[in-house]
Amino acid sequence: MALRSLAIRKAIGLGKSVGLGLRGLQTVTLPDLPYDYSALEPAISGEIMQLHHQKHHQAYVTNYNKAVEQLFQALNKVDTSTVVQLQGAIKFNGGGHVNHSIFWKNLAPVHEGGGEPPHSSLGWAIDTHFGSLEALIQKMSAEGAALQGSGWVWLGLDTEFKRLVVETTANQDPLVTKAPTLVPLLGIDVWEHAYYLQYKNVKPDYLKNIWNVMNWKYASDVYQKECP
Amino acid sequence: MSKRTLEVHWGELHRGYVEGLNKHLAKDDVLYGYTLDELVKVSYNSGNPLPVFNNAVQVWNHDFFWESMQPGGGDIPKYGVLEQIEKDFGSFTNFKEKFIEAALTLFGSGYVWLVLKREERRLAVVKTSNAINPLVWNDIPIISLDMWEHAYYLDYKNDKGTYTNVFMNHLVSWNAAMSRMARAEAFVNLGEPKIPIA
Repeated sequence: MALRSLAIRKAIGLGKSVGLGLRGLQTVTLPDLPYDYSALEPAISGEIMQLHHQKHHQAYVTNYNKAVEQLFQALNKVDTSTVVQLQGAIKFNGGGHVNHSIFWKNLAPVHEGGGEPPHSSLGWAIDTHFGSLEALIQKMSAEGAALQGSGWVWLGLDTEFKRLVVETTANQDPLVTKAPTLVPLLGIDVWEHAYYLQYKNVKPDYLKNIWNVMNWKYASDVYQKECP
Repeated sequence: MSKRTLEVHWGELHRGYVEGLNKHLAKDDVLYGYTLDELVKVSYNSGNPLPVFNNAVQVWNHDFFWESMQPGGGDIPKYGVLEQIEKDFGSFTNFKEKFIEAALTLFGSGYVWLVLKREERRLAVVKTSNAINPLVWNDIPIISLDMWEHAYYLDYKNDKGTYTNVFMNHLVSWNAAMSRMARAEAFVNLGEPKIPIA
């Protein structure tokens, strides 16, 4: 199944941007999954994948586009207080879109390499920074389990110091909100909607099984791009 | 709210918090003797919470939430509670709209509360993140709605709107609200003094 790009942009051209010389507003769209909804079973059920993609991610996309359109109008009218007021919705919905777009690529069915450990430079970097792949997995799962409320747990690359880090973010905050030099390699959604229907409260089981469908190849590719 | 949801939410999650709290209390003599209310306020530690805070406040929150509901609930409050709501919100309908709006605009996990604010001496709708509870600001909660996904996901998936409406129309216990208001009025003076004109 072809993998469409992260955010397909299409202009919807605002009719009358009177003499301000601003280009037409660009919206984001929901990316397709590179696999079927049921392809990640038994780690993640098809029901969850479908709801997660079609309802949750779609809602972030829709609401982000709405917020950005309102932002555009507020900017045109130089309505600064509305511009500032919209930042919450933009951060939340935009973050939700960014994070989930990465998430879908972080996962892969077993027969397409999901769960296969990383090799080459990323594998080596993991062993150097964490001791072993198992140690990294343990750390990320522990941080994910300990996270209170809604959020994400990340394996990130600090591009300034060329170091791997494990971080958590709250709600839909993207990894860059922790530091602008961080690039996400892998993210795990620990919002309850990501696992509740299947695992109920037993978040640690979700965090154990998700490694069976982890797409380390994607993480490797991103890593090699930043650290050639 | 389905039986299955209660089995998981109360039977497993709430129970888990209670057991976690008991474990903490067994270890730590400093916490001896506090009531749960006091424990919540003390362990909040003005925003730098102690490890026991999370379990304590979630036990409190869930106790309060279950008691904020009753079978055959909903409808509208009566007498003093209704009067106070109409005074502070204009009308019951306006309050209901505000409450539902707060539930739908909450980002992430949290709760929506009808609180009696001690300083302003009025009712207000407040939304809090994660496990935060208006007790930590010294306000008095009257009703709460759990908006963590685990509270509604099994029954409603991501449809927060229906869950919130069902709560307001069929579950919320105004009886509980009345008794909580009555108790709150012992601490907050809501009336105006009747000064006789000479």
